[in-house]
Amino acid sequence: MKQQNILSQVKSLTFREILYNNEVRAFFFQVATLLLIFGLFYTIIGNLFDNIEARGIHTGFSFLKNRAGFDILPFLGNYLQDYTPESSNLTVFYVGLINTLVVAFIGIIITTFLGLFIGIARLSNNYLIAKLAGGYIELFRNVPVLLQIFFWYNIFINIFPHPKKSLSFFDVVFLNQRGLYLPKPILENGFLLVIIAFVVGIILTVFMKRYFNKKHDETGVHTRTLGYSTLLILGLPAVFFLLLGSPLHFDFAVLGKFNLNGGMQIVPEFIALTFALSVYTATYIAEAIRSGIEAVDKGQKEAAAAIGLTQTQSLKLIVMPQALRVAIPPTINQYLNLTKNSSLATAIGYPELMSSFGGTVLNQVGQAVEILGMAMLVYLVISLCISLLLNFVNKRMAIPER
Amino acid sequence: MAVNELQSTRKPPIFQIGAILWLRTNLFSSWVNGLLTLASLYLLYISIPPLLDWMVLSANFNFGTVNILGFEIKFSEVMADNQNCGREAACWPYIYEKLYMYIYGFYPREESWRPDTVYGLTALLFVIVRLVRNYKYKNRVILSLIVAYPIVSYILLAGGFGLLPVVETHRWGGLLLTLVIASVGIIVSFPIGVVLALGRRSNLRVIKLFSTLFIEFIRAVPLITILFMASFVLPLFLESGNNFDKLLRALIGIALFQAAYFAEVVRGGLQAIPKGQYEAADAIGLSYLQKNALIILPQALKISIPNIVGSSISLFKDTTLVLIIGLMDMLAMVNMTSQDPYWLGRETEGYVFVTMVMWVILYSMSRYSRKLEIRFNTENKN
Amino acid sequence: METENNKSNIIEISELNKWYGDFHALKNINMNVKEGEIIVVCGPSGSGKSTLIRCVNFLEKFQEGNIVVSGIELTDDAQKIRKIRSEVAMVFQHFNLFPHLTIVDNLTLAPIWVHNETKEEAREKALKFLERVDISEQAEKYPNQLSGGQQQRVAIARSLCTSPKIMLFDEPTSALDPEMISEVLDVMVELAKGGITMICVTHEMGFAKKMANRIIFMDEGQIVEENDPINFFKNPESNRLQLFLSQILTHDE
Repeated sequence: MKQQNILSQVKSLTFREILYNNEVRAFFFQVATLLLIFGLFYTIIGNLFDNIEARGIHTGFSFLKNRAGFDILPFLGNYLQDYTPESSNLTVFYVGLINTLVVAFIGIIITTFLGLFIGIARLSNNYLIAKLAGGYIELFRNVPVLLQIFFWYNIFINIFPHPKKSLSFFDVVFLNQRGLYLPKPILENGFLLVIIAFVVGIILTVFMKRYFNKKHDETGVHTRTLGYSTLLILGLPAVFFLLLGSPLHFDFAVLGKFNLNGGMQIVPEFIALTFALSVYTATYIAEAIRSGIEAVDKGQKEAAAAIGLTQTQSLKLIVMPQALRVAIPPTINQYLNLTKNSSLATAIGYPELMSSFGGTVLNQVGQAVEILGMAMLVYLVISLCISLLLNFVNKRMAIPER
Repeated sequence: MAVNELQSTRKPPIFQIGAILWLRTNLFSSWVNGLLTLASLYLLYISIPPLLDWMVLSANFNFGTVNILGFEIKFSEVMADNQNCGREAACWPYIYEKLYMYIYGFYPREESWRPDTVYGLTALLFVIVRLVRNYKYKNRVILSLIVAYPIVSYILLAGGFGLLPVVETHRWGGLLLTLVIASVGIIVSFPIGVVLALGRRSNLRVIKLFSTLFIEFIRAVPLITILFMASFVLPLFLESGNNFDKLLRALIGIALFQAAYFAEVVRGGLQAIPKGQYEAADAIGLSYLQKNALIILPQALKISIPNIVGSSISLFKDTTLVLIIGLMDMLAMVNMTSQDPYWLGRETEGYVFVTMVMWVILYSMSRYSRKLEIRFNTENKN
Repeated sequence: METENNKSNIIEISELNKWYGDFHALKNINMNVKEGEIIVVCGPSGSGKSTLIRCVNFLEKFQEGNIVVSGIELTDDAQKIRKIRSEVAMVFQHFNLFPHLTIVDNLTLAPIWVHNETKEEAREKALKFLERVDISEQAEKYPNQLSGGQQQRVAIARSLCTSPKIMLFDEPTSALDPEMISEVLDVMVELAKGGITMICVTHEMGFAKKMANRIIFMDEGQIVEENDPINFFKNPESNRLQLFLSQILTHDE
């Protein structure tokens, strides 16, 4: 029923009938709500501006151009943005953003593998392994993640040795209180070609798999492609690498008198944060995987066995496709949680978005609305992307029903 | 054509039962499994004994003489101090000395009976819920308790009203603060969450729009941004930006945050109610309010209870975040006391202690949640 | 063991005993099945009938005794098990179709991955069998889009695709709505007439009377009585069979 109907009806009704008409009611109710909400906003924003004026806080985004004036713990963000205290506040924003994404990216990879392992171990018929996996989940799920971050940070700080006595792994990788030192890769001109070779290798592998699939369809002969894939993906770039005279050098960290020089420093704050987040999130992913595998009806495995499939075939063709449909949506949700939890880095000083931009800059500039607004916008965008990904995955995987 | 005589029931063959079979099938059923078992045993061997040693066996328990529930128990002549407490293992006297602060924060000692009473009331709450399980009017009892509990607790803790001496909120800390934030968070956010859930499912587009926007926005951002907003921006929204109680800001932030999550849980419950229930309620002529209050919500909330408890457990974990905006919950107290110049370098004991306390509380909550789930699954078997 | 008949034993079970933990589930089972025989196994629930036929294709392991299928002895050897499973097909009570694959893909899975047939061959065969169970128009649909009776007929077609010598039916109609039972039984009757060896665990006594060569009655883990259909129903010898028949037949006639 459209608006015209209401109006025409209204004209011909008595007042009482108007009052009880559901659509009229709905209409006025919504109008009232809108007025209420806007009224609230009006008051609040009004107060906001009054208070801002009274306290002499600036508005607008001009502060972004101002000089930051503080040091940030050295990490990828600083490196990519060439950060110095002379850089602008906007640069701080970018530095924080990059550092957040690095934690999210590495954390997601680690937690996926860890969660997969623990989830499968939980279902093992080896009593000890199953119980240990269960214990892991119970232990790390029932401690707040902030506490875990502090805990691991504290342990790492205490355990990692003084730079003078750095732990060394074949003089290539070093570990001390200041962090993990890896060789810094220095790329020279030819390296681009090696990367291209790698990509070409991947493309060739895709085509090769298609070719072999077709062959399987047509002749029934199944070829194992693992060897060929490895050869293409790793071998091809390797060949180019050697031909071009190894265009990749490493700047190794060298133990100087007091300290390590050179190399690539991975600060313990990053290690503690990523470690704690991965360990914590893995418990949820393990449960998601476990519920996925358990959701596959026992009869499916029996039917697969009854028609003669091997264990591996049964897993690949029957169990995993069904298990993953159940396990993937909550897992993707956990990726979002991990990214949100990275904001807790404020507590240990890892310079991601909230601690550097939402922390130090906020303290210095005081324009909470703008700064928090920008930060929240970032998380909103990340969240939106993940939701879209989730929707896409769900649609693709849906099993048609009646 | 054939009839068989009765066969006897026998015991299974010897090596098929007992410890040997158990070991064979569960731990060593294959090469790979055998290796895994050995690897796990090794892992346990290198991790558990050192931990146990640090925490208990070599740890220092010299508390001096302690008064426990009226009994004087002598642990040692005199309480250990930082020098003779040992560095290789845990120094528990440090925790013992700081224990009051971990539990009560800065609450004045002479008034500590008040937080004690609140702790007692909390325990009593759980006991009463258990006792009235089969009581006919249990919903009314629980509802009145849930309304009375925060009011009574507030009066006890904050004082004022001419009844008790005032204790400002900035003196509340430690486990007490965690309890306050968690319980207020849950109790206040739940009704808001229910309203939001109903709003999101409403046919009125405006209401649905705003509910959905609110819920999705809150769920997309980290709690810390909400807390920062509450801490820095909220005071500016009010007349003359009056000096707004710090704890209250955090509570508002947490309540709004948790409301969005509860809303999704309740929405799940509402969606699980068969359409026929809505139709039947409409058919007998109930208004929107009556329909929801009498028919829909009771059922929806009942099925959502396990998830509500789960969400509450998450809230409890999230209360630790208030340390970042300057409130002194138990974790913050641990951080603070480890700065004590007299007891230097004892952070590890603090973290271990807090971890144990938190773990026990959260594990108990999740056990309770699982029991609830089982009970609901058996009750709801149609 | 009857070796003088012109048909040989395709299944020989001797002194079979199985325990679930301490529970003695199958007690001293001795049973031989000749090629082309149609056997119906019936009995009260918990009597071990499903457990028995599930031992034949090693879905259940047994602790004592011997099973020989098609000349191959059933032991915990992966190769032997696979060989036996390519000769023995099973139709489950709950169909167990693979929900993420189309009907046709459900059927072509084993031929492609176990018997190394080409996709074309497998598809042709699959469509032929779908035609045979009268369901070829659903070929591109997914299992959840079909009714129970339709799914079970697909399940039967799936078993036929592996060209089995023996078909095991584990209560194939027990999970179906009444009006769908006959469409499945019709298919089973047609298969029986075709000469395949069948062992059916079922409560459908009409099918047993009509098609079975032998009916075996089990109770509490052992074979109590077996007979040809006419004498099985007319002259039950043991008390337990008499009791069982009185319970199930009162509702039919």
